[in-house]
Amino acid sequence: MPGVQPLQFDASLVVAFVRSIKNVLSTMVSIEATVGKPYIKEGEKPGHDVSSIVGFSGEVKGNVVVSFGMDTALKVVETFCGMPLDATSDDFADAVGELCNMIAGNAKKDFGLNAGIGIPSVVIGSNHTIARLRDVPCIVIPCTCSAGDFCVEVNIKQIGNN
Amino acid sequence: MKILLVDDSRTMRNIWRKVVGTPGVEVAEAGDGNEGLKVISEQGPFDLILLDWNMPNMDGITMAKKLRETDKNTVIIMVTTEAEKPRIIEAIKSGVNNYVVKPFTPETLKAKIEETMKKAAQPA
Ligand SMILES: [Mg+2]
Repeated sequence: MPGVQPLQFDASLVVAFVRSIKNVLSTMVSIEATVGKPYIKEGEKPGHDVSSIVGFSGEVKGNVVVSFGMDTALKVVETFCGMPLDATSDDFADAVGELCNMIAGNAKKDFGLNAGIGIPSVVIGSNHTIARLRDVPCIVIPCTCSAGDFCVEVNIKQIGNN
Repeated sequence: MKILLVDDSRTMRNIWRKVVGTPGVEVAEAGDGNEGLKVISEQGPFDLILLDWNMPNMDGITMAKKLRETDKNTVIIMVTTEAEKPRIIEAIKSGVNNYVVKPFTPETLKAKIEETMKKAAQPA
């Protein structure tokens, strides 16, 4: 497609998300996240049980998914909200969505592009799949923290104007 | 003192409420810009609005612009993940008094509110 080029799977994109993940979790949840070696996602299996998706607009197309194991999500949300929440409640999904919103928004400022983000949506279940762009790789950033494992999946490309 | 919290995330509104909800403060909430304007038309002007940017139906920038058509006095602090310089400039041009980037600590938000309210109370 003319005018469309992938945001490179390079260090700077990963660095933007790693910085954002650590910043959001330490500032809002007082949790220190450790980040493992990023890899390119194969297959369709979700990272974990509880996923929040934020789409990009403007000069960036695609989405970012923050996916937690259920136990991890329950613990992180409890700290974020200051009280335990049932995984079936609206407030649980809201909290997971807002964390993804902050991680996406905070990483976006390092792109140096004019990009917007959409409203987060949340999917819960061990077997969900999330549609993604086929012409760019989906980069998985595996993370761990005192509450357990989670990952951030970045599947975006730049819409160039040249 | 009347404070309006406008964010589509209830989690975020609860966090703000913990920061601003001291005795003697009346707090109202709205989940998007439309709802925010409706609350204002029903309950009269507020002293302070904490306003998210990215919300369904009507975003925070649109709400700030619409409110400023008739209300120059209410202090508006935008609290958002939008952190790029051009965005901050756009928000200030839309009539927002100050800006806090998410993620934030309660202390940062509190200090920003105090600073902004103090500045707004000074004669121009
Ligand atoms: Mg929002």
